[in-house]
Amino acid sequence: MLSPVLCSELSALEPEYTEADVISTVEFSQTGEFLATGDKGGRVVIFQREPQVRVVIFQREPQVRVVIFQREPQVRVVIFQREPQVRVVIFQREPQVRVVIFQREPQVRVVIFQREPQVRVVIFQREPQVRVVIFQREPQVRVVIFQREPQVRVVIFQREPQGEYNVYSTFQSHDPEFDYLKSLEIEEKINKIRWLPQLHSALFLLTTNDKTIKLWKVSERDKRPEGYNLKDEEGRVKDISKITSLQVPVLRPMDLLVEASPRRVFANAHAYHINSISINSDCETYLSADDLRINLWNLSITDRSFNIVDLKPDNMEDLNEVITVAEFHPHHCHLLAFSSSTGTTRLCDMRSRALCDQHAKLFEEAVDPGSRSFFSELISSVSDVKFSHSGRYLLTRDYLSAKVWDLNMEKKPVETYQVHDYLRTKLCTLYESDCIFDKFECAWNGTDSVIMTGAYNNFFRMFDRASRRDVTLEASREVCKRRAVLRPRRVCVGKERRDSDICVDNLDFRKKVLHTAWHPTDNIIAIAARNNLYIFQDRHSPNGHHAVHRIEQERPPELEDTPPQ
Amino acid sequence: MSACTLVSVSTVLGCHSCFRVDMFSKGTKRKFSDDGDEMSDDSLGGANVSSSYNLQRQSLLDMSLIKLQLCHMLVEPNLCRSVLIANTVRQIQEEMTHDGSWQAVTEAFCGGSQSPSERLVATEVLCRSREQDAEPKLFSVISYEGCREEEVVADETLCSVSVSDAASNVCLSESVSHCWETGELRVVESDDETSDGSRLGPGDDDDDDEVDEEEESASEDSKTMGQVFGTFEIKNGAPGPDSALEELFSDVDASYYDLDTMLTGIQSAPKMGPYDLLDSLSPSHGPPSLGSPSNCRSDLNELDHIMEIIVGS
Repeated sequence: MLSPVLCSELSALEPEYTEADVISTVEFSQTGEFLATGDKGGRVVIFQREPQVRVVIFQREPQVRVVIFQREPQVRVVIFQREPQVRVVIFQREPQVRVVIFQREPQVRVVIFQREPQVRVVIFQREPQVRVVIFQREPQVRVVIFQREPQVRVVIFQREPQGEYNVYSTFQSHDPEFDYLKSLEIEEKINKIRWLPQLHSALFLLTTNDKTIKLWKVSERDKRPEGYNLKDEEGRVKDISKITSLQVPVLRPMDLLVEASPRRVFANAHAYHINSISINSDCETYLSADDLRINLWNLSITDRSFNIVDLKPDNMEDLNEVITVAEFHPHHCHLLAFSSSTGTTRLCDMRSRALCDQHAKLFEEAVDPGSRSFFSELISSVSDVKFSHSGRYLLTRDYLSAKVWDLNMEKKPVETYQVHDYLRTKLCTLYESDCIFDKFECAWNGTDSVIMTGAYNNFFRMFDRASRRDVTLEASREVCKRRAVLRPRRVCVGKERRDSDICVDNLDFRKKVLHTAWHPTDNIIAIAARNNLYIFQDRHSPNGHHAVHRIEQERPPELEDTPPQ
Repeated sequence: MSACTLVSVSTVLGCHSCFRVDMFSKGTKRKFSDDGDEMSDDSLGGANVSSSYNLQRQSLLDMSLIKLQLCHMLVEPNLCRSVLIANTVRQIQEEMTHDGSWQAVTEAFCGGSQSPSERLVATEVLCRSREQDAEPKLFSVISYEGCREEEVVADETLCSVSVSDAASNVCLSESVSHCWETGELRVVESDDETSDGSRLGPGDDDDDDEVDEEEESASEDSKTMGQVFGTFEIKNGAPGPDSALEELFSDVDASYYDLDTMLTGIQSAPKMGPYDLLDSLSPSHGPPSLGSPSNCRSDLNELDHIMEIIVGS
């Protein structure tokens, strides 16, 4: 996945944004159909990838039917009136306008449908017969079966996945709180979001701020009961004396409504700031980790949690290590990994004892004593830990590098990737500006063959493990146009020799890509840069099934802009 | 809340020559100038390199100290960041101790080069503890102030100004580790550590004679309070100023001062604690040229003024 194309850029509409809009976490759902982002203002925005099968329910009573058709980022409305009148359906699918003329007298109707380079003809016959419409779009054939008896008709529309994510739901997850005991504010910033596996139509996700974890249920409602006896359509109570007959309320379709409701609130279990949550593979328990402790919860029980790791020393003066990230193993429900500010990552087995302060494995690379400096510990602090999808490897990110560890070998990583080694001589300046404390996240792709992490100047880097090639790309408004292939960038220490080069001294350290996420199976990545969310997909293999990943490093830039709408 | 201060350094960790490498430019060897130990090969300009290394190290130390203190907080400070900075400070102090440059600095204190009333508490504390331990307890305790699980900031700061509230004196009249522990008593329910109550006793054996048990009110013992944040407070040895302090601060609205000022400043109405210490630590440079905390300076100037009033009385 090394030649990404921008498919969506979603951001606050105004160029100026508030601090509250800064994205603080990004996470794909387990199937990748949904993408959730949390921001500093405590809001969660859920994006949904274009649904692959769209169902249009058609009612053939003489009523106005509204079909809402969402394709790409535009909403198309098909208004269907079943009285014997001409109906015009205007169908806009970039980049062309299509007109469907629909006549409901018992005549043949022709619908001419032009989409991209192909013409599709829909033949519509309104006698009470079965009509078949064959629809060919791009490489897939879609069949629409249309039955004109007074029955519900279903139109199944299949569109190849374009990888476009549209806003599905937005809700306020956490609110700012004030701890009266300590006279301190508790920020509403969402630190982490984790999705539960989807079992039915409702979505469940865990969100957390510094102190409280919440389980949210996001569900759709597209039907509404109508025909109450005691209330009228607006909900006002009817005058009983006026009621002469009884009716049974029926469910009628309505505009899709997505609702989010908090189902559980897990509070008051952490004295320090929660930095991570991780759902166990058993889907019943999850862990939450703060600076010094890790607690184990059951998703159904909110008033009790078990402490499984406690790094708090008896004497706080002795404190020299904090927990930075914790994660459960993707397959083994008894294994968890947590990393610390001293650069060590520990694997703990919950079967060995209840309190896992003693690690089962300790992953630490010995630092060459000759290269130690005062900043050694600072830059070795691990900012993110991710298990590979296979469960065999661990990816850790420290300030300057990303390391892949084999779970079976603790002494040193199997691979080390330098993310921005050119910063090694600038550590003092970065320390002064506090940049050295930035916590970058990292991610695996679906097949564990490529790793990705963010850097400064809105750069993000991807490393192909097999070919050892890497690429640096920039996620920014100026550079990214829709459907444009990103040009690889290069950071040089001396003079800039090419357009795509940038000198180390010109890097903007305020622009950092801290949060990145990779679709669980496809080659789609989500990059958060301040308040902007960029979603890229691979130009060549959006569905991620290519075994070979190519890097487009030397090609001239190819900008495949679509004309603005 | 601000971490007023630094981690207590215990220099007995036995880490010897780990940190000798010049942190700023790889490969430049550091020279040993004072002790007459081994000299490295390129001795030309050796002394210059050494002193520039020392300066750099010093400025890193200064920067770290300031970072620990200047956590402007409505929200609790980031514990990870505080721990990392504190560890860095510890490393520098250890190295300085091994070099002997720290000793030199503390001796300068005790040499009485400045009048006691202007000096920081550090002098007496350092001198005394040096005699006792043979290892200077260089800085007093902990910068994790903001992260404690504990009580209202205002209470603690008030306790430093001699409000006779026994409970709130707990924190400042003991080493800060006690703050953590007393705080834990009040941690909300799901924290299972019931043993905290028993940990109210002194955490450090060394501090036994310095630790004030919570029953005493702060007004009795500014000396103790001073020792807690020893380095950064003016110590008024005489009991006299206490009453002056009380008068001066009895109507202080604690919310006016954020914890920064309170902890670094006004426990016993000191003047700019950290700056003084830093200034005197590195006689070779004047006001720290770090550039960032200019607003801190103006607050401290105010304290200066207050201090003069007190000292004058």
